Formats: sequence, C-alpha cells, structure tokens
Amino acid sequence: MPKDHGIGASPKRREDVRFLTGAGNYTDDINVNGQAYVHFLRSDVAHAKINGIDTSAAEAMPGVVRIFTGADFEGVGGMPCGWGVTDRHGEPMQEPPHPILAQGKVRHVGDPIAAVIADTYEQARDAAEAIEVDLDDLPAVVDMKAALADGATKVHDDLTSNLCYDWVLGETDDAAVQAAFDSAAHVTTLELVNQRLVANPMEPRVAVGDYNRGTDEHTLYTTSQNPHVIRLLMCAFVLGLPEHKVRVVAPDVGGGFGTKIFHYAEEAFVTFAAKAINRPVKWTASRSEAFMSDAQGRDHVTRIELALDASNNFTALRTNTLANMGAYLSTFSSSVPTWLHGTLMAGNYKTPTIQVNVKAVFTNTVPVDAYRGAGRPEATFQIERVIDKAARELGVDPVALRRQNFITEFPYDTPVALTYDTGDYHGTMDKLEAAADFAGFAARRAASEAKGKLRGLGVNCYIEACGIAPSNIVGMLGARAGLYDAATVRVNATGSISVMVGAHSHGQGHETAFPQVVADMIGIDESMIEIVHGDTSKIPFGMGTYGSRSLAVCGSAMVKATEKVIAKAKKIAAHLLEASDADIELKDGVFSVAGTDKSVAWGDVTLTAYVPHNFPLEEVEPGLEETAFYDPANFTFPAGAYACEVEVDPETGKVTIERFAAADDFGNIINPMIVDGQVHGGIGQGIGQALLENCVYDADGQLMTGSYMDYAMPRADDVPFYTVDHSSQTPCTHNPLGVKGCGEAGAIGSPPAVVNAVIDALQSGGKNVDHIDMPVSPSRVWSAMNA
Amino acid sequence: MYAFDFERPSTIAEAVAALQDEDAQALGGGQTLIPTLKQRLASPSKLVSLSGIAEMKGVSIEGGVLTIGGGATHAEVAADACAPLAALAANIGDPAVRNRGTIGGSLANNDPSADYPAAMLALGATIITNTREIAADDFFQGMFTTALEEGEIITSVRIDVPPGGANYQKFEQPASRFALVGVFVARTANGVRVGVTGASEDGAYRWSEAEEALNKEFREDALMDLRPNPAIMIEDLHGSREYRAHLVRVLTKRAVAAIG
Repeated sequence: MPKDHGIGASPKRREDVRFLTGAGNYTDDINVNGQAYVHFLRSDVAHAKINGIDTSAAEAMPGVVRIFTGADFEGVGGMPCGWGVTDRHGEPMQEPPHPILAQGKVRHVGDPIAAVIADTYEQARDAAEAIEVDLDDLPAVVDMKAALADGATKVHDDLTSNLCYDWVLGETDDAAVQAAFDSAAHVTTLELVNQRLVANPMEPRVAVGDYNRGTDEHTLYTTSQNPHVIRLLMCAFVLGLPEHKVRVVAPDVGGGFGTKIFHYAEEAFVTFAAKAINRPVKWTASRSEAFMSDAQGRDHVTRIELALDASNNFTALRTNTLANMGAYLSTFSSSVPTWLHGTLMAGNYKTPTIQVNVKAVFTNTVPVDAYRGAGRPEATFQIERVIDKAARELGVDPVALRRQNFITEFPYDTPVALTYDTGDYHGTMDKLEAAADFAGFAARRAASEAKGKLRGLGVNCYIEACGIAPSNIVGMLGARAGLYDAATVRVNATGSISVMVGAHSHGQGHETAFPQVVADMIGIDESMIEIVHGDTSKIPFGMGTYGSRSLAVCGSAMVKATEKVIAKAKKIAAHLLEASDADIELKDGVFSVAGTDKSVAWGDVTLTAYVPHNFPLEEVEPGLEETAFYDPANFTFPAGAYACEVEVDPETGKVTIERFAAADDFGNIINPMIVDGQVHGGIGQGIGQALLENCVYDADGQLMTGSYMDYAMPRADDVPFYTVDHSSQTPCTHNPLGVKGCGEAGAIGSPPAVVNAVIDALQSGGKNVDHIDMPVSPSRVWSAMNA
Repeated sequence: MYAFDFERPSTIAEAVAALQDEDAQALGGGQTLIPTLKQRLASPSKLVSLSGIAEMKGVSIEGGVLTIGGGATHAEVAADACAPLAALAANIGDPAVRNRGTIGGSLANNDPSADYPAAMLALGATIITNTREIAADDFFQGMFTTALEEGEIITSVRIDVPPGGANYQKFEQPASRFALVGVFVARTANGVRVGVTGASEDGAYRWSEAEEALNKEFREDALMDLRPNPAIMIEDLHGSREYRAHLVRVLTKRAVAAIG
C-alpha cells in the first residue's frame, strides 16, 4: 500500500498549480518602477582585435540613457572561476581574465562589446546598431587539436598557449600503466566525441538590477540556481560590494540544467549600471542570445583503452581527453573535466589500474561549463561504450562482462580518488533485467525484422558522485567555495512552519518534497509547512542546487534543524506536562509522557513558545526557530543500469526508440513520483544528446546551430514511455535521510544505452559498425552503414 | 523588429493598391516573415495583411477540380482538400503554424524545404494571381525565387484531383522538421509526376527520370536502376548530398508503394 503522506508518499507537486495556471513569478515578470532596458551588442565574429568603438551616433539616438564599453570597467574585477585546477606538474592552471565587457579583443561569437541602456528595449536595440566597432579579424581557434599545435593563434595573448591545464588522475606512473596494457590478453580502444550541447532551459536568462541610493542597497533579480553564490562571487571578486548591501533574488526559475549555476557578466552589469545611472536596469535574453551567451556543455574528445586479462577481468583503463573550455573560464568550467569526470572513471567496476589524462583547451567558442551530469555523462559514455565494444570483440554477453567486473564490496576505494560507501550493482541489474524484459527481446527483434527493421538492445550501467562534498576535501582539490548547505526551520506560534533553505528549486519540486520530511519528523500535515528559497534576504547562506545535491545536503541540514526544533519543543512540552524531557515522546504531532496518558499537542507547545506565560525560561529561550548547516562526510553514489531498445530503418538510417527501462538505486526516496519525473526528464535529455542535439561551429567560429531550426531538441514523440524501477535501494551511509540524489541520473545513464542499442541493431543486420558518434542522426547511421 | 506601417485590406484590389508603396510587403500567415522581422533581417516600410480578404479564403472540390484560396491556412487544407494534399498539410509545422500559415504565403516564399512546392509540381497545379495563371512548372524558379512579380498576389491554387491517386513521403530534418527530403508522387490524367522538395540546391523540382520509368510501369521496381544525381543536392549539417540523393529514391519508392 503506497503511503498517502510523509516520506515515501507521492503528493502532487504543489508548485505546479501556479506554474500551470500562469501564476508563476519568473524574473521577467519582475518590473521595477522606472526601469530602463539594456541590450548587449555582441560580437558577430569569433576572434578579432578591437581597434575602437564609436558610440557617439548611438548616444544621440532616441531614448538612450547611457552606453557602456569595456573601457568603463577598467579596474573592475572580471568574472571569476570558482575552481583552481593544479596540473600534472603541480602548477596552477592558466587563468585568463574575463571582463564584463570585452577589452582589447573579442573571443567568441556573442562576446559582449557594448551595453546600451535606453528607455525601451527596442530603442536600445536600435542604438546598438548605430555603434561603430572597428575590428581587425584574427584567425579563429576552433578545433582543439589545432589549438594545441605549435604556433597556433592564441585566444589569450598573455597566456603561454591555448592549454588551460594538462591534468592526470589515478596511476601517474606511465610505465606502470603501460605494463598493465602490455600484459593484457585483450585491449579494446575507442575514439569518441562527447559533443557540445546547448542547455536550453525553457526560460532564457534574465537579470534586473535595482539600486536604492537612500540605503545604498543593491537588489539583483536573476535566473539563478544559487543566489548566495552569485552574491558572494559578484561582491567579493567582481564589483567589490559589501555583501550586507546586496540582495540577490532568484524567484521562480524555468529550468536550469546547470547553465544557471554560473555568475554571468550580465548580472554584474545590471547591478553596476543601476547605481551608475541611478535607475533600475532590466535585461532579458532572447533565445538567439541564449545560444551564444549561456555556458554550453560537454565537448570532450577522448581516446579510451581498456585492458582485459584472459578471463575477461578488467585490468587497466587509460584515457586521453581534450576538453573544450571555450573562450573564457566559466564559474565551474575547470572542475567538470577533472574532478567531476576523472574521478568517475572507475564506473561500477573493480579495475585496478586507471589513468585519466585531460587537457583543457581554450578556443574561440562560447564558454563550456556544467550541464546536467557535468563530467559524469562524459565518463559514463566512455566506460560503457568501451565495455560494449570489448564484449563484441570478445564475443561475450555485454551484461555478463559487466557483472563479472562489478564492484561488490563496500566501502570501495577506487583508483581515482573516491570511496563508494554503498551500492548493489548486481541487485540493480537484476531489477533492470525484469523491467526491460530481456527475456522477450528475441521475439521483439523477430517482429521488427519481419517489418524490415533492425532491432537492437543496448545496456549500460552508471555511477555518479552527487551531493558534492565535503568542503575540506573539495577545498584541497581546488574548489574556491564551501559545499555545505543550510536550513532554518521557523515554527510559527500557531504551529505552521516556514523552512528557509539554501537549496533552490527550478523544477525539482522542493516545495512539495521537503515538507514531506519535516511533516514526517513531527507528525503534522504537510500543508502546515512552507518552503522559502531563492532570496538571500530570507534564507541562510546556502550553496544552491546543482549536482543532485539538494536533498542529500540541504535536506540533511533541514533534518538537523528540525531535530533541534523537536529537542527544544520537547523541553517545553516537558515543562507543560511537568515531566522530564527525556521521557517526552513525539508522535503524530502530540507530545506525551512515556507510559502515561498525559499529552500536549504540537500547537499548544508552539503557542507556548511564543506566548511564554508558563515557560521554562531558566532552561530555554522563548521562540521556536533553529538553523543548521550541514557539511557531508562524503559524496553520495547513486548508481543504476539502463536498457534501451531501438529500431533502425536500414533504408534511411532513422533510429526510433521503442523501449527504455531504467533501474536506479537512489537510496531512500522521499517522493517517488517526483523521482520518477526527474528520471524521465533526465532520460529525455540523454536521448536528446544521443540522437538529436549538436552544437556546431564552423572553421571561422560561427555558430552553425544558433536556433531551433538547426539545433534539434527532443520532442515528446522522440521519446518512448519509460519503465523506471527504483526499488533497488542501498541507503547512503552518511546522511541522516539515507538519500543519494536523482536529478542527473537520467542524463548520465541514457546516452550509452541508446548508442549501444544502435550498434547492436546494426550488427544484427550484418553491418560492420562498431561506433557512431552522437548525435546518432539518420544521416550518420546511413553513412556508417554504407561506409 | 523595426517599425512599419500596417494595413489589412478586405479586397484583392485594395491589397494590390496597398502594395504599390515602395518596400511594402504582403503578409500571409507570417510564419516565416514575422520571425524574420523579429530578427531584424527585414525592414519593410509597410506590411499588407492578406488575412482579411474573403475572396482568398476557402477550399472546395467541384467536378474533380480542387480550388484552394491563397489565404487558406494549412489547417483548412488539411480539413478540406483531397486526401494526399490534406495529409501533407496536416503535417506542416505544429498546430499553431497550421492555424496561421497559408498556402499562398508558403508558395510565394518557396522555401527549398517547404512541403507544398513538391505537391504543386507533382499535381500540375495552376497558381492563380491577381493578374494571371502560372503553371507550377513555371512558377518555382529556384530557392526562395518564384515567377511572381513585385506586388503580385497568389489569390488561389487550382488542381485537378489526380485520378490515379497520389502520396507524399516526407523525411524530416530532425531540428526544424521541415523536409530534409520530401517526395510527392501523383498519377495525374497526363501521367505520373514526381515532385521533390528539400533535396536540390535549386529548390523543388520534378524527377523526370522517375516519371518516365513509372509511366512505363507504376511499380517500385521500376525505380530500381535509377540514382538521383548527388551533384545537384543540398549538403548541410543534417545530411550529405549522397544521403539526400539516396532519400529521394527511397521516398519515391515508398510513395509509389503507398499509392499501390
């Protein structure tokens, strides 16, 4: 019998009422009296020297308030990178400046050259067209290998080259790694591309800057996943403002997927400009602008080698990856190909020797940073594709090969810096075999073949590291921020509760799921609990939402704060009941004295806390409000196994996904419906990457896929109905809820399943194809079949 | 977009007069023109909306002749035209596009990947304007180029419903869902006609070798030895010349099979 309330129940998402009825309050819905509008004049070339910018004609245009260029920001800090990577020689990464508006050079199509503020948005656009920019075109650096060649044009003249860092993880002794390969019975090698993606949240970015000269206070309304992080970065590194004079509000946010984690120049600009012109300034990105100014994702080129012994045990893994940083280092860009990617290269397998080599490269393209999964999809795709290829080369069952090499004992120290606390990969694979109906595949393949179609089954596993932590460890690894989170549980006099959380909900359903936890702990109805988030003036200093961290980290803080509230409430109840607080039990919202029929209700205790006429003042203070900060002891390690069945039309190469099954181990689950939805969305994005999406620049650095006419987003009819199974549960061992996080799993686990299935289908049709790079589009499949 | 004047006349004559102004432009359903304006890629002085002209509306079939008003929307064609053309219209864009976009607007724009041009060629349609009648074979003159003169308006399209049936096969470009290649095959009173869209650098065209073969023998196998010439094909992110040439043949075969 499914639960109808509390932890494990699936109440409908309360926030959806406002989202679905048009009552949401998004950043673009915020209009400040007297606001002006800014339009950014962006570079239409990838690389050029700026000789001069003449704004005189534009300044005379109707409605123009002020025009800013890079010269107005000399002496102002640039956009910071939040993670310093140390290279294989112990040297710091090359870290170029990233000005708010371009200074000296433009480095990618979309790089902002000037900002025009006018009374209306159209006036600002009109005036931007009258700005004369004198540019000397420079050769564009687009291809990563070419960028690293001797004598290559440099994206940043002051750096020694286009190499940001050359990093290694795992076995650093090259000879030892080579020895493992030399002694292998079989080596499988695969070269692959994890293509660049555009995140494309439904809501483009928006920023509104407001300044109150009476109080010298700034307010920034912005489409962010982490308002406190934005405030800290902007105040400390960019504008030099005191944090207590800056409020950052991220109201309803229409999807983030990582690209709204980062501190963007437009946010700093509107904050700066609102004071400079003493008038609120609003910016709303167009979709075209989003394509060339939102940080993009993935873009790795990898060679991976897997060594196996004569019994098909994995003995060594070596990778060489080029990771595209784009033109500047976005906030967490440097961490994605390193600590969020290299550390996952053990996958679910006990490979004793692993070496991960990553070169991060500057190019004249939009900056690349975390996108749903962030490094873990890249790792998973490599591992699970090379295993599949190895199984085919060896003529063994790909599932059996995986099972044979599964890690089975926990905790498990990987050769790449992580300690997996728990997992049950065989158990999860068992769930998948049932959910995907492996047994019925042969009959389904025969039915497809009778229609002239090829059918393939692709399987893969994944593991991810979520709830990124602990702060002291990530600090040693280069993080320039802490990665704890915080919650304040404020009980009101009449018993209702406001929970102020550092996490930010932009589609995850925190407003529904978080109250389920507190309601369960106290035994009151969820409707008595409200979640407050997204406003630095209301919430404690939390780190926001990304990396599937909200429940594991912020939820744990919320549990800790609620425990403190309950402990204090028990003291008050003990006073009212004239008993010892050690004897007080709380159940279903009623405090009682153990072994007696004496009791007092939750509401009586909360009222007493704020109307302390009869109160143990000598023991506790009045009021009932507690805050907790929680810094986890380790990452969490969600893991799973996915299966995809495709049909391929051998005449056209078109791939149709017929079935998709996911078995995930997320530990304990608070709201199964929301978790299912998160997995559905993630798989949809993973299928988008596998079959459709591709961000392409030409040799001149022009964005070829700058709109939905050429950038293919997945639509409802591109994806099947999913079968998801979350009954394999090994609770996280180190957080109080035993939860692991579910937001990214689908996007991490699904691309290899799709590609493995396509290869299986083609080989079943006698085609000698062992790899196709994503997106596995009809034309690529047809070309591979006919190569 | 840039500022422009706007008129919405109620007769063809008024529309023709309104279009005399320099840089005036006719506005059908706006499914191409409005996004172009929003991107500031066009700056007409005046838009003349054709949506208020009653005599350009409607879809009717009388005595085997299908007449479609130039202002008929794709949704109206999907509802009221003969089956193969209705099916084509029902798969253009999404419902919002089909409820606004018009056949006249699509034909006048002659996007090389639009669906209608292949159908007009295969059906031997007659494009009727405010001044003349133009055979489909003469109307399409390469990508985004037609026989229309400045200020000339497509008032209707006339089609003899093909007695032997017709079928449209569309292979969608994954992003835009325009035709990567589309092939319309019709068995008209004057023989088999094959219209191809999406494939050629010169826009929609008739595949005359296939017509010849199918006129001899209307079977899939009749196409077995034919290979469209890749050299005339479009090549882009979504498909090579060779792939498009291959698709032309596959889709033609499928259309023939569907007609039976």
